[in-house]
Amino acid sequence: MTQKFNSRVYITLRPSVLDTAGTAVMSGLQQLGYQGVENVRIGKYIEVTLSAENQADADKQLDKMCDQLLANPVIENYAFELSPVEE
Amino acid sequence: MKFGVIVFPGSNCDRDIAMVTEGILNQPTRMIWHQETDIDDIDVIVIPGGFSYGDYLRCGAIARFSPVMKSVIGHAEAGKLVLGICNGFQVLTEIGLLPGALIRNRDMHFICDRVSIRVENNQSVWTKGYQSQEIVNFPIAHGEGNYYADETTLKYLEDNGLILFRYSSPKGRIDDQNNPNGSCQNIAGITNKQGNVLGMMPHPERASDIALGATDGKALFTSLLT
Repeated sequence: MTQKFNSRVYITLRPSVLDTAGTAVMSGLQQLGYQGVENVRIGKYIEVTLSAENQADADKQLDKMCDQLLANPVIENYAFELSPVEE
Repeated sequence: MKFGVIVFPGSNCDRDIAMVTEGILNQPTRMIWHQETDIDDIDVIVIPGGFSYGDYLRCGAIARFSPVMKSVIGHAEAGKLVLGICNGFQVLTEIGLLPGALIRNRDMHFICDRVSIRVENNQSVWTKGYQSQEIVNFPIAHGEGNYYADETTLKYLEDNGLILFRYSSPKGRIDDQNNPNGSCQNIAGITNKQGNVLGMMPHPERASDIALGATDGKALFTSLLT
């Protein structure tokens, strides 16, 4: 029996990596008058729907997907949330 | 010396390479569609510039799943030559043949320019046609050429003489002002430890024909023939 899962994957640049797009957006926000803005980091949001044996299996698969393709571990961190699809 | 130029959907410097290797150097050259897998006949594999697979997800990320890339990795592991230029460099870091990554240029802009490059190490099969510390002029054209690696990797590259090219002033000064894209330590091109895999953001193939007004890149290709 396989089960369907929805996952939300968040990819962010590692803190040591300069985020030029984030820096440009931060300065845009400040120019709009939001002087309280101290930092902006831009990442990616990816939704993946998958079938797996169970939650642990889905978790394991997603972790590998992130490591192998969705994120580049040299420059990026990743995190994801996983929830079963109610059918 | 037989050259093979990998062609992905979205490659756009493939013919420029062939123009040099076949047109100028008279070496047999074969265009290799990304779905091919038999590349045993090739001595030097060139992964050209462009926007393979539209640069989706990250530059070079999807190209690595092309059928031909497994053979390219085998080619490199056998000690044969692999040259990645621009997008090709990005592909080589994504598949792990070279360390580090190429991220967005420091100032966000796509840069299309001619820049001074200092040859850091001429003891390599790729650079033996240059003088050590020679300043050459290469075109660059990229939006994501900002070389990033952690401190440990940078030290490893430096200690082993794996940094072949650095962005510099026309007189050879290495500083932030003469770093077009923000690359760590002004790095423009590196090899692996064995020295048979070279990745570089500048385009030597666009500076190999006097008709194009620049010939500094030609020595990189002729180095391979001797």
